[in-house]
Amino acid sequence: MSDLYHVSSSPHVRAKDSTSRIMAYVIAALLPASLFGIYNFGFKALLLILITIATCVATEWIFDKIVHKKNTIGDLSAVVTGLLLALNLPVSLPWWEAVIGGVFAIAIVKCLFGGLGQNFMNPALGARCFLLIAFAADMTNFNVTKNGVDVYTGATPLALIRENGLSAVNVRDMLVGNVAGTIGETSVIAILLGAIILILLGVIDLKIPGAYIITFALFMFFFGASRFDFNYVVAQLCGGGLMLGAFFMATDYVTSPITPSGKIIFGICCGLLTGIFRCFGANAEGVSFSIILSNILVPLIEKYTVPRAFGQVKEAKKNE
Amino acid sequence: MGLKSFIGGVHPYEGKELAENAPIKEVLPKGELIYPVSQHIGAPATPIVAVGDTVLKGQKIAEAGGFVSSPIYSSVSGTVKAIEKRRVAVGDMVNSIIIESDGEFKEVEYEVVDDVKTLTKEQIINKVKEAGVVGMGGAGFPTHVKLSPKEPDKIEFVIANCAECEPYLTADYRRMLENPEELIAGMNIILQLFDNAKGILGIENNKPEAIAKLKELTKDEPRIEVCELLTKYPQGGERQLIHATTGRDINSKMLPADAGCIVDNVETIIAVYNAVKNGIPVMKRVSTVTGDAITNPSNFLYSIGTPYQELIDAAGGFKVQPEKIISGGPMMGFAMFSLDIPTTKTSSSILCLAKDEVAMYEPMACINCGRCVEACPEQLIPSRLAKFGNNGLMKEFEEWNGLECIECGSCTFACPSRRQVAQPIKTMKKLVLAEKRKQASK
Repeated sequence: MSDLYHVSSSPHVRAKDSTSRIMAYVIAALLPASLFGIYNFGFKALLLILITIATCVATEWIFDKIVHKKNTIGDLSAVVTGLLLALNLPVSLPWWEAVIGGVFAIAIVKCLFGGLGQNFMNPALGARCFLLIAFAADMTNFNVTKNGVDVYTGATPLALIRENGLSAVNVRDMLVGNVAGTIGETSVIAILLGAIILILLGVIDLKIPGAYIITFALFMFFFGASRFDFNYVVAQLCGGGLMLGAFFMATDYVTSPITPSGKIIFGICCGLLTGIFRCFGANAEGVSFSIILSNILVPLIEKYTVPRAFGQVKEAKKNE
Repeated sequence: MGLKSFIGGVHPYEGKELAENAPIKEVLPKGELIYPVSQHIGAPATPIVAVGDTVLKGQKIAEAGGFVSSPIYSSVSGTVKAIEKRRVAVGDMVNSIIIESDGEFKEVEYEVVDDVKTLTKEQIINKVKEAGVVGMGGAGFPTHVKLSPKEPDKIEFVIANCAECEPYLTADYRRMLENPEELIAGMNIILQLFDNAKGILGIENNKPEAIAKLKELTKDEPRIEVCELLTKYPQGGERQLIHATTGRDINSKMLPADAGCIVDNVETIIAVYNAVKNGIPVMKRVSTVTGDAITNPSNFLYSIGTPYQELIDAAGGFKVQPEKIISGGPMMGFAMFSLDIPTTKTSSSILCLAKDEVAMYEPMACINCGRCVEACPEQLIPSRLAKFGNNGLMKEFEEWNGLECIECGSCTFACPSRRQVAQPIKTMKKLVLAEKRKQASK
């Protein structure tokens, strides 16, 4: 037997990128937002991030053990889910609620549907929406005290705009991130820095975030509370979870369409829904719900966006 | 403007530096030579010699089994030792003629033509057919069939596939450097068949010396031009090459001739030249013997039918024990479990890899990342087609254009979860086509 050489189907070489490496890239790209969150909200933010990541990884490990599946925590996807979930939580959230969120994300949204690649909904966002409903008060409490001093009291910029109009916020603070909000969503600059890393590393392209942001901006320009106001659109773009959602959540491979034109339609869906929720909803936010609703539309979008194969245009003409 | 190319594709490690500077060296066969009767697409050839017959080099030993078929010639003088089933590179057992060489290489007389311009089109096609010329890049489609399209006047481009996009392979490159006159003469012979056609030599830009040489030699050839292409796999895929050089697109239901094109690779065009000008049938070819396990990576001119083992020996044997031996390139070649396998008209290379990297990878779940979609030169959704293939969903497979797959393997190459993407698609394609034939014959 030792004289025989290996046999397998071609090709016999592979590209360097691996799934765990891609996940590591995503984690690296989330670092600027995470670090800013820790700087902005204090040590408790770091604690919450670590607790959520640990919960997610442990949940996946235990789940694999119970159902006798091969251990899959090495693919690092649970770390990404944990980190994303933490960045979507207010820093004042009790730690045990974060643990429940992490368990929900991994066990219910991901593993019960078959694990990595099979879930139809973004696990981090699924868990966030679950927490928003289950622990509404804690999830919308954005009061922050650092070293005994009140840093932020009360509302997020979007809520302020809704209550008191555009003059209640400072767009420059929103860009930098010195505003109330969840741990990772406040600094537009830090998120964009991460997004650039992802794009340069070839992890994501601009189809989904581009379509999402442009659709949303147009929607707000025409239908927002202050119509045809450029500054209002900018404030809306910088507020809430839009940037984090557009670049890091809507682009989740598993829960977005694989077809190139489907990606654009998916982005448009997210943008429209976010616009509708922010303009007409009961809440000033809307990114999480828009993305998970669009996640559900993915199979339908893919069905109608199967691309034309190479050379098929010519054939159609010929048959006429 | 960028270099001419196609959409999709991948950039594997090229590995050409191993053998690209090794001049073509002739290797003489030692003992027995094996001639499988199926070295081409179409009906197998029929043996016309019997066990015990003595044959000369250049003597026909098997007759074409139909129009889409090709004859086979002995590449040595000697005795027919056996006619029996032997293992070939793709793994099948194929009826083969085995000839024991007497080491004297006594040859038949060849019919040399002084001026090929005096030949009629029928004469040229006949000579190509008689010489057993087939697509020597790997597919093995009989060349005389390709050169006989329904409407020869509508052929506007004769494209020489000089891309050699498979990593590691350098045989065509060496041919372009060392025998460019034969390549150009062969091209001119083919152009003689198609009055309205222009000849294009499509070369990837990682071969600047070959480009310079061919440009120099074709500057006084009004009907031939050199077309520089971007180095990207599969630039030498027939449909991709036609798109890159002419901007025309064809799909699986069309032939290149439907887009006014004829595509032949370097080795094939040189075989056409030898067949028409010198009357020499296909008996020899150039192949690359390379890989990180080979002592002296080389390009050999050898007698077709020589076992792979002899070529390995001629290259100094292995410097380390290889894990994987591939007939052809790393992207589309066939892994062989033994070296006791004959070379055929379509053997472009033998690649010996010290490490089988594929065996080290554990396939993981598909994360829907879409890298296979970006890589696919046919704009398919490979991951989804693979799923349909694995689940036996024929209807969905066809709806998602699975039959358009050219089996280039770019999707599997690109997959970060190291999944076999192309394999289930290839299998499903065969099943769907078999089903279609069954339906049609009812």
